[in-house]
Amino acid sequence: MNASHDYQRVYVWQQPVRWFHWINALAIITLGVTGWVITHPPALMNSGEAWTSFWFGKVRFVHFTSGYVLLANFLVRIYWSFAGNKYASWRNFLPLTKAQLREVWQVLKVDIMQSSDKAVHALGHNAVAYFTYAATGLLTVFQVVTGFALMAPTSQSWLPRLFTWVTPLFGSEGAVRTYHYAGMWLFVIFTFIHVYLVFYHDYVEGHGVMSSIIGGWKFMEKHKIAAQEATGISGLPTKSRQTGSRPKV
Amino acid sequence: MSLELETLPKEQTIYDQVIARGVSRREFLGFCAWIGACIGVQGAGVDQVVKALETKKRIPVIWLHFQECTCCSESFLRSSHPIVADILLDKISLDYTETLMAASGHQAEQALQDTMAKYKGEYLLCIEGSVPLAEDGVYCCIGGKTAKGIAEEVAEHAKAIIAWGNCACSGCVQAAKPNPTQAMPIKKVIAGKPIINVQGCPPIAEVMAGVLVHLLAFDAIPELDNLGRPKAFYSRRVHDTCYRRPNFDAGLFVESFDDENARKGYCLYKVGCKGPTTYNSCGTIRWNGGVSFPIQSGHPCIGCSEENFWDKGPFYERLPNFPGFGVEATADTLGQVALGAAAVGVAAHAVMTNFRKRNEIGEQTGENAEKAETADAAATDDHSI
Ligand code: HEM
Ligand code: SF4
Repeated sequence: MNASHDYQRVYVWQQPVRWFHWINALAIITLGVTGWVITHPPALMNSGEAWTSFWFGKVRFVHFTSGYVLLANFLVRIYWSFAGNKYASWRNFLPLTKAQLREVWQVLKVDIMQSSDKAVHALGHNAVAYFTYAATGLLTVFQVVTGFALMAPTSQSWLPRLFTWVTPLFGSEGAVRTYHYAGMWLFVIFTFIHVYLVFYHDYVEGHGVMSSIIGGWKFMEKHKIAAQEATGISGLPTKSRQTGSRPKV
Repeated sequence: MSLELETLPKEQTIYDQVIARGVSRREFLGFCAWIGACIGVQGAGVDQVVKALETKKRIPVIWLHFQECTCCSESFLRSSHPIVADILLDKISLDYTETLMAASGHQAEQALQDTMAKYKGEYLLCIEGSVPLAEDGVYCCIGGKTAKGIAEEVAEHAKAIIAWGNCACSGCVQAAKPNPTQAMPIKKVIAGKPIINVQGCPPIAEVMAGVLVHLLAFDAIPELDNLGRPKAFYSRRVHDTCYRRPNFDAGLFVESFDDENARKGYCLYKVGCKGPTTYNSCGTIRWNGGVSFPIQSGHPCIGCSEENFWDKGPFYERLPNFPGFGVEATADTLGQVALGAAAVGVAAHAVMTNFRKRNEIGEQTGENAEKAETADAAATDDHSI
């Protein structure tokens, strides 16, 4: 066998990370679709008497409920960035160390500019991807904050009421809604590029990125793993490598 | 008028003056119950209103007009209850107001100075209109003084300030982009005084009267929301009190103003109704003594009690223009452009990938394995850390 095909499998994404990913995806898609409908209600069911139907109310209900799911799921992920393995660690998300910054530059050259420099074979995400997810996290926070602020005045419950301070910052609730709506577009664009890049990495590198978010495993040539681990980037500082046998979570 | 006021015995209570003007006690009590209901006080609170008006002296009021159209005054004068216009505004309370006072010129300015001196720290300052700051405030001068100068001077010894209408609360149309005179709401010009923002273009007459009576009866600033508006009138959205709301929840919408749905009275959301983000009492108190309000007349709410509502247009579109873009653009236009750009970028990237990453891709399919291996090894040497 050629040396480059001496693969090792690595358990990268633990269960909580995978659950987070799919619940998050589902919540965002639901929020995006229902949010879109809230802005552009179709004229399909546009006849009859008001007492016979409540469909628009239900769309809003689903939107708000998914909002709670999005928030709860997000909080669990934050917890897991302290409790989980090194690939899930909070340390990865902001490129603050020299090694991370170097990797950012390298990724931009190799994956975006497509130069023929040395590819970055990250076991977790690469430094650019981690940073993108940090930005997405920020976007999530923005949607949660503006969303709950929109709910606050008509809500009896304590959680939305925590966000009554938001609307004055924007001047009016109408402004909050406009930005909340724009947030949806950012999610649409993120999702589009995100899905493309997953295809790209899966196709170009063949490390099983696509299936890793279902099963948790990535497959990588041993020498690439060694090179990557030497950078100490994923979840610095390096703990013992989690490879081979299936870990507990 | 203020000259005439001088001849009125100022120690009289409001009740005394109302009775002196030929109003019966029965009418007076009717007024108290009615205005009490507007303010939203309970039964016992009405007693308090009656007692206050019976025992308290009038509060001196200075009512200033800056950049405005006087629709607030007009609205107030059209209150459905005669006591409001006749007693509260006309005969009892106003010591200075350019629009309604008989005095003019130096006499009027003198009346202002006199009132300020005589009731230092006691008078209520009502301001209608915004204050322009551009070019040192020359865009609004009265008696040779700028609006800013007058506002600051009169505010200094005022007990409290009422900002009437959208102009005084957030600048209204003259503060709309590009705001050539740099029109400012009162809250941006005066600091350190309680300001009650009575929003709307104009505010509902009963709301204005209610705020005044509240100040009079309870001698306290009414409870305000976080934008400084009295909660009694601005804590609920037009949308929450709108009689068309069941149509909204059922997804029954007017698609255009002359369609069958408009005739049926469906919800006006899709033709631009701003009711869902507008806090006001139009749905409950309504206008002109409860006769109607815009939505009842088939017109979407334009959100006149909200900040910058002129720039939140178009009035007849569901999705407002996105702030910060000169060309009229909604978030949808911007989003589609961004998504289109992303799609082009992605497509180009995908095509390029098949050229530039041929080695790596080949490696996966088993071709070029040797080549990839050597390339990789060489690269590793170059960049080993
Ligand atoms: C991925 C995240 C989210 C997306 C993409 C999204 C999208 C949208 C969109 C497009 C609208 C319509 C805005 C308009 O028409 O002006 C909307 C409205 C709204 N959203 Fe979200 N949203 C998200 C998260 C949330 C969250 C976390 C909450 C909080 C529970 C929330 C609460 C609301 C509320 C209260 C409205 C106003 C709806 C109404 O009053 O009819 N959203 N959202
Ligand atoms: S007409 Fe306007 S305020 Fe009334 S339910 Fe429809 S959107 Fe809400």
